[in-house]
Amino acid sequence: MSWLLVSPILIPLAAAAVSFALPERRMAQRTVAVGASALLLATSLLLLVEVATRGMVVMQAGDWPAPFGITLIADHLAAIMVVISAIMALATAVYALVDIDPAREGLGYHPLFLVLVTGINGAFLTGDLFNLYVWFEVLLISSFVLLTLGNRRAQLEGGLKYVAVNLVSSLFFLVSIGVTYGLTGTLNMADLAIALKDVPTGLVTILAMLFLVAFGIKAAIFPLFFWLPASYHTPPVAISAIFAGMLTKVGVYALIRAFTLLFTQDVPWTHDVLLWLAGATMLTGVLGAAAQNEFRKILSFHIISQIGYMIMGLALYTPLALAGAVFYLVHHIIVKANLFFVAGLAQRMGGSFELKKLGGLYRHSPLLSILFIIPAFSLAGFPPLSGFWAKLVVVLAGVEVGNWAIVAVALVVGLLTIYSMTKIWQAAFWSPTPEGVTLSGLPQKRLWVPVAMLAGLTVVIGLFSAPFMNLAEASAAELLNPAGYVEAVLGADAAAEYDVPIVLEETP
Amino acid sequence: MEVPVALTVGVLFGSGLYLVLQRNLLRLVFGLILMSGGVNLALFVAGRLTRGISPFVPEGAYAPPMGAANPLPQALILTAIVISFGLTVFALVLLLRTYERLGTVETNELPIRLRDPHPADVSPPASSVPHATPSTESSGGTSDPEVGS
Repeated sequence: MSWLLVSPILIPLAAAAVSFALPERRMAQRTVAVGASALLLATSLLLLVEVATRGMVVMQAGDWPAPFGITLIADHLAAIMVVISAIMALATAVYALVDIDPAREGLGYHPLFLVLVTGINGAFLTGDLFNLYVWFEVLLISSFVLLTLGNRRAQLEGGLKYVAVNLVSSLFFLVSIGVTYGLTGTLNMADLAIALKDVPTGLVTILAMLFLVAFGIKAAIFPLFFWLPASYHTPPVAISAIFAGMLTKVGVYALIRAFTLLFTQDVPWTHDVLLWLAGATMLTGVLGAAAQNEFRKILSFHIISQIGYMIMGLALYTPLALAGAVFYLVHHIIVKANLFFVAGLAQRMGGSFELKKLGGLYRHSPLLSILFIIPAFSLAGFPPLSGFWAKLVVVLAGVEVGNWAIVAVALVVGLLTIYSMTKIWQAAFWSPTPEGVTLSGLPQKRLWVPVAMLAGLTVVIGLFSAPFMNLAEASAAELLNPAGYVEAVLGADAAAEYDVPIVLEETP
Repeated sequence: MEVPVALTVGVLFGSGLYLVLQRNLLRLVFGLILMSGGVNLALFVAGRLTRGISPFVPEGAYAPPMGAANPLPQALILTAIVISFGLTVFALVLLLRTYERLGTVETNELPIRLRDPHPADVSPPASSVPHATPSTESSGGTSDPEVGS
């Protein structure tokens, strides 16, 4: 079923080409964007069903056998990520119908957005390290343009930081690829999993740290996150929502892939480093958020603190912890994009993103208040919403290992998240409207559709979490047993050579 | 041959990093160019430096002759050069736009310039600047969200 595997890349790419060929016809471009996103969601759901029922889907591009050609592979994690990216693409495409102004559409918003989705999906599905670099660049260059599209001065100022830091990260990634190739002579990830076993552990650890810096910048982990809060609040809401939802998560995905498939030679050391970084990421993110007074800046800092939880799941490196990390990824993407959409609606009514200038939204629009409370409480981890289960699983994994320090950090950060969310609630919704501010009427219905859709999804994941958790556990089982991945790409002989290092335990 | 090339990589990376840490953003772009040159050379060395035999498969054979140069890193470098060319051009255009709109390319002056209210962010001269300045009606409201923070 190789068409299922390439469709998440080909559909948005073809749609981008069509959209690019229709520069002056805005209605046609909009139809293409929404239609392609819907089609993408359908095919990626089919892909997930295929993976869940029949196991990994693999394709060798151009029929060049691995490790010589480029491998595309969808395991559980990749398939889940592609589905989520399709959901985000659809939500953003609908929201953008109103939110993106005609001038930005004229500058090519729609084709760029579709190229961004292409790059994201390509990064999830590739099984080749250099190909991953190329997909990263595809999504980076389109994100650069989307971020600065329109040339507002704040956008330019934020965009410069974003561009500079991400270019440095790409260079780190490329040089790490060079060193990897020099040490092993291959860049196919399944082949690397075997080849890295013959490399001295110390050298592999150095490589792991190089990749940690490269992916860590993209994922915005502790000392490398400064570009994120400096830039994510500057573009229009539709753009910052998909950035906030997806882009850092591509980095987290790459980290999970690298530190389960490639760099497992010295787990006590490398994953300890990850655990320290996870704790620091959580704390700095949440404290940074506490100091902010702008709606989208608070949310941006919370992206960082939530990334910490995912890295914590990866660092604990048990079946339960990895399942938690995957579940957290899914939950966080939905909730965070939803909160950015809500911020956009609040700005449309209240006229500002500044909490000081907002107020009275609860009386003005009870519906928006409910739509804010659902993702906000989910982010903070209130039962029965999706965030509660995500936090619960990650924290339980910490308890299971007996690492009380990281459990304490996770719980404290959860409390501080509630503080930030109540701060927004109090200032924007509960407090009276500031003098001199008149609230404008309710925004168009089309803007509410994606917000309600994502909020509904949060509730559904919270109330019926079992099937989602099963998928997350299946991904964790695959991640902890890379022999299956190696076998899917290179065949059974290679998998035998791989010699499984980790014995899977039953998940309690 | 590896040692001098490795030293060159080091010099390129080091001087690139020095430039990236400068406050002037044009130097930052130059630094990125130097660093990407260094990275490309590193990729090149990673494929081992061999000379003399081209990696062509002779007629009737299935593999290139022993000791042939490795063509794969060169393919990687070619891709990387194209990508870094595109990114560098984008960075330069972004820098130019920033200079036009904010009047400076010094990192520590950018936030100061941003704080001055600027007519272009409030009511865009959409007709006079065709390639820039979309309507702020939907995205910016009446004032720049940055102002006042």
